[in-house]
Amino acid sequence: MTGPRIEAKAGPEGVTVTASGHWDIAVATPDAGEIERAIATLGRGEVLRYDTADLERWDSGFLALLLRLESIAVDRGAVVDRRGLPDGAGRLLALAESSPAREDARRSEEKDPLLDRVGTAALDAIDDAEQSVTFLGETTRALGRFLTGRSRYRKRDLWLLVQQAGAGALGIVSLVSFLLGAILAFVGAVQLQQFGATIYVANLVGVAMARDMGALMTAIVMSGRSGAAYAAQLGSMKVNQETDALVTLGISPVEFLVVPRVLALSSMMPLLTLYSVLMGIAGGALVGLLMLDLSLTTYWSQTIGALSIAGLLGGLFKALVYGVLIALAGCREGMRCGGSASAVGDAATAAVVSSIVAIISAAGLFAWVFYVLGI
Amino acid sequence: MTTSCYQPTLPPDEKPHIEVDDLTMAFGDFVLQRDLSFTIPRHSIFVIMGGSGCGKSTLLRHILGLLDPAAGSVLLDGDRISGLGADERQAIMNRFGVLYQSGALWSSMTLAENVSLPLEEYTELDAAEIREIAALKLAMVGLRGFEDYYPAEVSGGMQKRAGLARAIALDPEILCIDEPSAGLDPISSRRLDDLIQELRDSLDTTVVMVTHELPSIYAIGTDSIFLDAETRTMIASGPPTWLRDHCDHPTVRTFMTRGEAEDG
Repeated sequence: MTGPRIEAKAGPEGVTVTASGHWDIAVATPDAGEIERAIATLGRGEVLRYDTADLERWDSGFLALLLRLESIAVDRGAVVDRRGLPDGAGRLLALAESSPAREDARRSEEKDPLLDRVGTAALDAIDDAEQSVTFLGETTRALGRFLTGRSRYRKRDLWLLVQQAGAGALGIVSLVSFLLGAILAFVGAVQLQQFGATIYVANLVGVAMARDMGALMTAIVMSGRSGAAYAAQLGSMKVNQETDALVTLGISPVEFLVVPRVLALSSMMPLLTLYSVLMGIAGGALVGLLMLDLSLTTYWSQTIGALSIAGLLGGLFKALVYGVLIALAGCREGMRCGGSASAVGDAATAAVVSSIVAIISAAGLFAWVFYVLGI
Repeated sequence: MTTSCYQPTLPPDEKPHIEVDDLTMAFGDFVLQRDLSFTIPRHSIFVIMGGSGCGKSTLLRHILGLLDPAAGSVLLDGDRISGLGADERQAIMNRFGVLYQSGALWSSMTLAENVSLPLEEYTELDAAEIREIAALKLAMVGLRGFEDYYPAEVSGGMQKRAGLARAIALDPEILCIDEPSAGLDPISSRRLDDLIQELRDSLDTTVVMVTHELPSIYAIGTDSIFLDAETRTMIASGPPTWLRDHCDHPTVRTFMTRGEAEDG
């Protein structure tokens, strides 16, 4: 088996390209620079011929090379004579050329000027905002239909979603909240020890968890867990045209898919948050017990004394709002997902990013409003 | 079962290219097909036929070595293709080109990038040559000028053709095709048939395909087997036109004539 070889010989009427040996796609094709130069000397009406008598086997690399050589020859006004090629090679080349090139299909590499891009981005942003408002409106209307019992959805799906967003999340919420409580206790202990007031670690942990941190941490966990899942579920349904199938049946995808998710997550978020507060207090208590020599009863009574009903209810209300925000962000990104598999991944990413932005903005707003209201 | 439904196509002095020996395909306890024995000669266009859900695509996956047989074996030039190490497996996989049922193009890459990836991974060609070959393969399947399009931006039929361009990127010895014509109009489907035949003739490829499309089967199929969903085994094998004219098994007859034999 000899390696691939190709050479060119100039004759009186043109150039003869001689190819020989064993051409295999896995092996690099020989350098054809000299042959290209030989062909570039062809004049109008001269002929490019082939001699493949010693060619053992040829591959696509060989065909691609021939096309390159021929395009040089044709540019020079020379004539190509393919009779010297193996039958199959000639036929494949003819096949490749038989389909008309769609010149209008080619993409331009140029970038638009800066001003154009700024303008397009601004228009996109307006479009985006408009779509968000439309989505919010559709969801609100669908929620109204749900409350008046005219909504079309499957009860089984709703309960499954409730289970996934509720009981299914207990493990991760336990871990995160317990450790968060412990971390808060450590941070507090270092500061409060300076005043000999380590007992107030219980107040710090209890109040922080109940008012803010419980809801916030649960929301962030759930945006990664459920928000991303909603975007991926709805996105892949969109890609598979499942949402189109619903629409043709006269069922609104917002009623059928979005409302159950919003309801499931927003009803489970306060419950998860309550649980998260308890786990956080437990985490703080463990630190108090092991590191600060506080007894469990002291720690518990100190915590109870520090908590207010208003503060706790405020925390649960925040959780409810975060739940709505996460579900809306997830479903919205899923519903506007593009038509390909990679778009599903983009939708999941966008869902997590936008729900975390929404949660943190809402948390800031709540902190200010609650401060003004004196809760 | 009548014996007249078997017509061997392998010349007695030739070794089979692919040999399926007493293969049983099963998922857990559920046996999909049993006692499959047939040979695929070199340079043939081998058609796997049968009703929906009888295990045609699964058989293709066994031939590709993607699934391990519950019993029996698949031999490629006399060597088993199941239970190999990763390197040996890859060496065998490089001899196969596969066109999946839905195209299975990588959606985050352009059509040209889809065709280029196997070339980048398994050849020593430089970037310019890879670009030329990718353009050539796309031109062969009638997609000249669509190099920079993403799969989501072209029609289903074009995705299928781009999938074929990717399948033949490495000039495979064996081309496996799952439902080439599904979702194609008759003209595109005919063009795809011509292309498959041309590839077989020019590049010495062996083609194994799963299809229901009778015009394609008769036009280009040189050999076939028929899997039966009820008895869960093969009930006929031979050149499709021969089966149409000679096999009197009712299931095969109904399939091969689209049920028109009974009416007439």
